[in-house]
Amino acid sequence: MKRNTTVYLYELAWILPSIAIPVGMLAALAVTAFGAGIHLPSMAGRVDPRRVTATAPFDAPGVVQVGPGLYEARMTSQIWTFTPNEIRVPAGATVTFVATSQDVVHGLFIPKAHVNAMLLPGQITRVTARFDTPGEYPIMCHEYCGIAHHTMAGRVIVEPRR
Amino acid sequence: MSAVVTLTPRSETDGAAAVVDLRTENRLTAAFLGVGLVALFGGAVTGLLQALEHAGIQIPGHATFVKSYYHSVAMHGVLNVLVWTTFFISGFVPFMVTHALGRPLASRPLGRLTFGLMLAGLMVAAVPLVGNAATVMFTFYPPLMANWAFYVGLTLVVVGTWLITLNLALTLRGWWATHPGARTPLAAFMGMVTFAMWTIASLGLAAEMLFMLIPWSLGWVSGTDPLLARVLFWFTGHPIVYFWLLPAYMSWYTLVPRQAGGRLFSDPLARASFILFLVLSTPLGFHHQFTDPGIHEGWKLVHAFLTFAVFFPSLLTFFNVVASLEDGARRRGGRGWAAWFLRLPWGDPVVAAQVGAMLTFAFGGIGGLINASFSLNLLVHNTAWIPGHLHLTVGTAVTLSFMGITYWLVPLLRGRELWSRRLALAQVWLWLGGMVIFSNALHRLGLMGMPRRTQIMAAPYVTPEWKAVLPLVAIGGTLLFVSAMLYFVVLILTVVASRKPYVGDVPFAEPMSGPDSVPVMFDRWKPWLALAFVLIALAYGPTLVHLVVTTPLDAPGLRVW
Repeated sequence: MKRNTTVYLYELAWILPSIAIPVGMLAALAVTAFGAGIHLPSMAGRVDPRRVTATAPFDAPGVVQVGPGLYEARMTSQIWTFTPNEIRVPAGATVTFVATSQDVVHGLFIPKAHVNAMLLPGQITRVTARFDTPGEYPIMCHEYCGIAHHTMAGRVIVEPRR
Repeated sequence: MSAVVTLTPRSETDGAAAVVDLRTENRLTAAFLGVGLVALFGGAVTGLLQALEHAGIQIPGHATFVKSYYHSVAMHGVLNVLVWTTFFISGFVPFMVTHALGRPLASRPLGRLTFGLMLAGLMVAAVPLVGNAATVMFTFYPPLMANWAFYVGLTLVVVGTWLITLNLALTLRGWWATHPGARTPLAAFMGMVTFAMWTIASLGLAAEMLFMLIPWSLGWVSGTDPLLARVLFWFTGHPIVYFWLLPAYMSWYTLVPRQAGGRLFSDPLARASFILFLVLSTPLGFHHQFTDPGIHEGWKLVHAFLTFAVFFPSLLTFFNVVASLEDGARRRGGRGWAAWFLRLPWGDPVVAAQVGAMLTFAFGGIGGLINASFSLNLLVHNTAWIPGHLHLTVGTAVTLSFMGITYWLVPLLRGRELWSRRLALAQVWLWLGGMVIFSNALHRLGLMGMPRRTQIMAAPYVTPEWKAVLPLVAIGGTLLFVSAMLYFVVLILTVVASRKPYVGDVPFAEPMSGPDSVPVMFDRWKPWLALAFVLIALAYGPTLVHLVVTTPLDAPGLRVW
């Protein structure tokens, strides 16, 4: 950083692009995230982790249609299952998962639909995904949750439109 | 001591051994290294079990020391990323600081007490860990509840690192008092930044342990809150990677240039990079919690932004270190735009290990940016991609650098030459080759949607595509295990069987652009520390206050392994 030396010139020639590169990446990130309307889980409220099954909407887990092509999947997770563990929707459905955990930390991972969220006791997780292609989408718990963690799974079945 | 005072920092390091007796410091370093290496051995053995499990192979008799796949993963993670790193760093950094200053620790009794405390903490935590009473991984997310001793022991280790910070600060203060106006030697400056940064960052973990996990695991309170615990954990959990990385950077900046036959390109730029790490390392932990509910999306974006900001000092490091290597290679007769690279002293395992670590880290860093990228994170969070990434960064950039360091440090401490350079070189290349196979396979499996920390061959959702790649995890992992065992053979034989005396000092590099051109601001601590706290308060304050005020501690603990 001694001015008018070769080292100084090299330093400057590196520092400036080193600022520009992360700034450019961030801009690209912002455009893709917001342009594509991708949202991360955010604030969706709390639930008493000891009284999950007595609290709406988790007292009646299942899939309900909330609008044309819009569905809400209300789910609980507990060692080592999802309730419900099978969700059926028609192709083209937009599904909002409203879920929580009754015991330890679990994960809600549906890689084929880019659903990736944590289920924490005490917190409600709300994430939305579209299911366009008919077929079976595996649901996995992707957070270590005890000795049988690897058996904790479910599926979304997307049925062809009639 | 008066002889030391009149010397410049550079020649001071040369004269240190003659003028100041640092044998006590060296013994402490050796003790910390020894503990770290034992942990690394345990981590390597458990790692092999998991790697083989990916191909459906189980070693006969493994059940005598691991109770389940997850018990093995928990030990592998804790021993490698918490114990090996922390103990290595606690030995290496004070070594560098005291030798760079040519000055003993401000308090040797405190130094010994620190080692004793950290070893005691480790023993206390090891009992439940090895006994399958703390199979909660190195992230120990509640409400999974380990035996209280696990939390208490780890907390004692952290308190020990604070005592090191104190001792280093007092040591530096003593040096400043006798060297008014002089620039702190680079290695000492970097060592102090490393521990100052870590001490600030570890406050989150300390709060989680002291106010949540310890009273809860002892039964003094009945519940906890998983989200608040995770926020406090990641407050420390991201900057801890810089706590691992900065000592490797310290070696790349202050030693490797000379070991590669050249000089450090720019001392001021190196200091600038470390100051940025001091300021920026902590306020970005939410990028580990992008998929968590209960944290506002806007704050997640702020942390994503700050994560990209901390990429800047890593880019500065990349340039400065590569330019220094180029100087060395050109002095050794290297020519051309890129061909000089081949002229580095590749026959020296110290250099080969660390240059290999740097190359690996370039890929690890790029992967890290992907992880931090808000929306892209959804593709990789909690998949096999993440351990793939971790093994490039802490598993190679850091660990292979530390291995390279021990190839000169252990001979120096023992006073005997390395037992076999050739075997050490083979170890380094075996590690790099194994890691390419291992990490690449995990990255691919992650992109295919395979979850991490899962006994995958027993899972109902394994696909044929995964099964085509899974054996590569086992092959790469086996190569890494063989490399680790070679490493221990070389070190042990150096200590017990090597006869040739080792002569050499700590190889501090000369700078091309020296500390005299460092802006005065870089040697001041208060403004940077203040800025670090302000950024932390801005980035974490609102979320933490909201959680602390509104969150009931109502989740009971469970032991379900």
